[in-house]
Amino acid sequence: MTNYIIRRILGLIPVLFGVSFLVFFLIRLIPGDPVVVMLGDRASAEDVARVREELGFNKPLHLQYFSFMGQLLQGNLGKSIIHHTQVVDELKYRLPATIEMVTWALMLGVLVGVSVGVVSAVKRNSVFDIVGMIGALLGVSMPIFWLALVLIYALAVNNKILPPSGRINVEMFVDRKTGFLFLDTLLMGDIQATLNVIWHLILPVAVLSTVIMPPLARITRACMLDVLNQDYVRTARAKGLAERVVVIKHALKNALLPVITIIGGQLGGLLGGAILTETIFSWPGMGTWAYQAILGRDYPIVQASVLVSATIFVFVNLAVDILYAVLDPRIRYN
Amino acid sequence: MPFSTRASVITKKEQTMATTTDIEMLAQQGILARKPRSLWGDAWRRLRYSITARIGMVIAAIIVLTAILAPIVDPYNPKLDSNLDISRQPPSAQHIFGTDRLGRDIFRRIVHGASLSLSVGVVAVATAGIAGTILGLVSGYFGGATDMVIMRIMDIMMAFPSMLLAIAIVAVRGTGLFNTIIAISVVGIPNYARLVRSMVLSIREREYILASHMVGVRTPVIILRHVLPNSLSPIIVSATMGIGGAILTAAALGFLGLGAQPPAPEWGAMIGDGVPFLRQTPHMVFIPGMAIMLTVLGFNLLGDGLRDALDPQMRE
Repeated sequence: MTNYIIRRILGLIPVLFGVSFLVFFLIRLIPGDPVVVMLGDRASAEDVARVREELGFNKPLHLQYFSFMGQLLQGNLGKSIIHHTQVVDELKYRLPATIEMVTWALMLGVLVGVSVGVVSAVKRNSVFDIVGMIGALLGVSMPIFWLALVLIYALAVNNKILPPSGRINVEMFVDRKTGFLFLDTLLMGDIQATLNVIWHLILPVAVLSTVIMPPLARITRACMLDVLNQDYVRTARAKGLAERVVVIKHALKNALLPVITIIGGQLGGLLGGAILTETIFSWPGMGTWAYQAILGRDYPIVQASVLVSATIFVFVNLAVDILYAVLDPRIRYN
Repeated sequence: MPFSTRASVITKKEQTMATTTDIEMLAQQGILARKPRSLWGDAWRRLRYSITARIGMVIAAIIVLTAILAPIVDPYNPKLDSNLDISRQPPSAQHIFGTDRLGRDIFRRIVHGASLSLSVGVVAVATAGIAGTILGLVSGYFGGATDMVIMRIMDIMMAFPSMLLAIAIVAVRGTGLFNTIIAISVVGIPNYARLVRSMVLSIREREYILASHMVGVRTPVIILRHVLPNSLSPIIVSATMGIGGAILTAAALGFLGLGAQPPAPEWGAMIGDGVPFLRQTPHMVFIPGMAIMLTVLGFNLLGDGLRDALDPQMRE
């Protein structure tokens, strides 16, 4: 088992190198000179040349890549070309914002998706099942940015029940220890602020969770139906166990195995959905950061944000694989 | 119950032993219960009996017909179609879906946008599917170093959140419908490559592949004639489902202003166009979204139906 984990982690190293390589060269293929973007069209040729030399853009590309990797391995992500700020500082602010939103969305999506799937399977062909599965089908087919706009219209614009943007009311003070505003406000003991943070989280989290909720509901239902037909479930019922025990202890435990692998695969969708959700809800997270940096040709920010997301993504998938191997003794580690 | 299973086993054995003409003869004489059907004939029959698949087929057919017929029935030049006197009108008898910022009839734009979404969906999935299938076939059949290199590259591509990779590709190549198709195709390749590779890995070990090798069939022929047809049904299911996903991604890129450029009647871009007026005239946002949802729903239903129809375990 330990061997398996070590081998898998070693296997990630070439992938992450590949990602850094791809990001580095892909972003440099984008037409347009970042120095010109930075200095404006009317900058003199000498100024452009001088700044380009300062930033090291006059060196051959492969040397630039090596120096970028050298800096990266020392934990230096460089400075933003446009804002002149340290990328690490901005990252410390942006990353928790996205993780906070994605984590809540993941929890909500898994909780609701799996529950709906289980109940639908147990009460097959009931009204709940039919409504739930139609809902799931509509959910899979819906553009999430559109859902976000519909909810904003219904709950934020006209009725002002929920805030349409931001993480917390501007006038509220938060001592950012962790960057996760929910935790920070809890640590401060400021209940008013915590509630305000939750208030701001509801809409974006609800929207983002619809990325994983419908597929999870459908897959859980299919897996549960499969398991409920197995002999051991019939045995469990025959020996007189309560239906609740049969469903949860015998069926769900086995049905969840394939569901767990799906959750790992859906994470990429969540990160992609975060770009749209963050854009619409003016959420200061990684998605909008990367998106704006790509459009603005801010190389260091694109490299940092993509590398960080890819690293998280790869490691979460590894964690899912390991969890899967732990939960299912039949998996061989080769 | 045990008797009937035994009986069916015997008929199956008889079927495999008998030659085709024998089976046809038996069928004519009424000894065999039914004529033997091919996989595809069987799948088509089950597809027609499933209600969800039928709804999916109807929706998909409507979208395809709309996309093909719209330019013939109603020639449309979006550049000339504006009338500021009637801008941002809510749905009425004259304009059943209302008008947009420039007074263009939204119903007309939705109808003409069908071909854009459909072509992105179909072309992007076909490109990704073909490229991914080739890579998966090569990778799975040859194994070894070839497999290693191809699959590591696929791993790297999959490590990117696909939306981000698509945005980056569009940024490199410039906005527009064609580049949207390229971005979505590239992003989709690894899924198909992995799927096909896993299919090939299991098919490769079958006896009939070994037998082909022994009688001297060349490798490319084995791959194309034996391996590919046997891994086709999951590819088709995945591609049908993929059309919906591709349309959603294209709409998202259009919404962000990176897809088809104005004044093209692209549905995602139409939503983006309506956002500043969400409070006053929400129909500009709501209606194109429903068009996207209906189209994607159609292909998803069709994909669901195909999956059930092509799944050998579901056959009676």
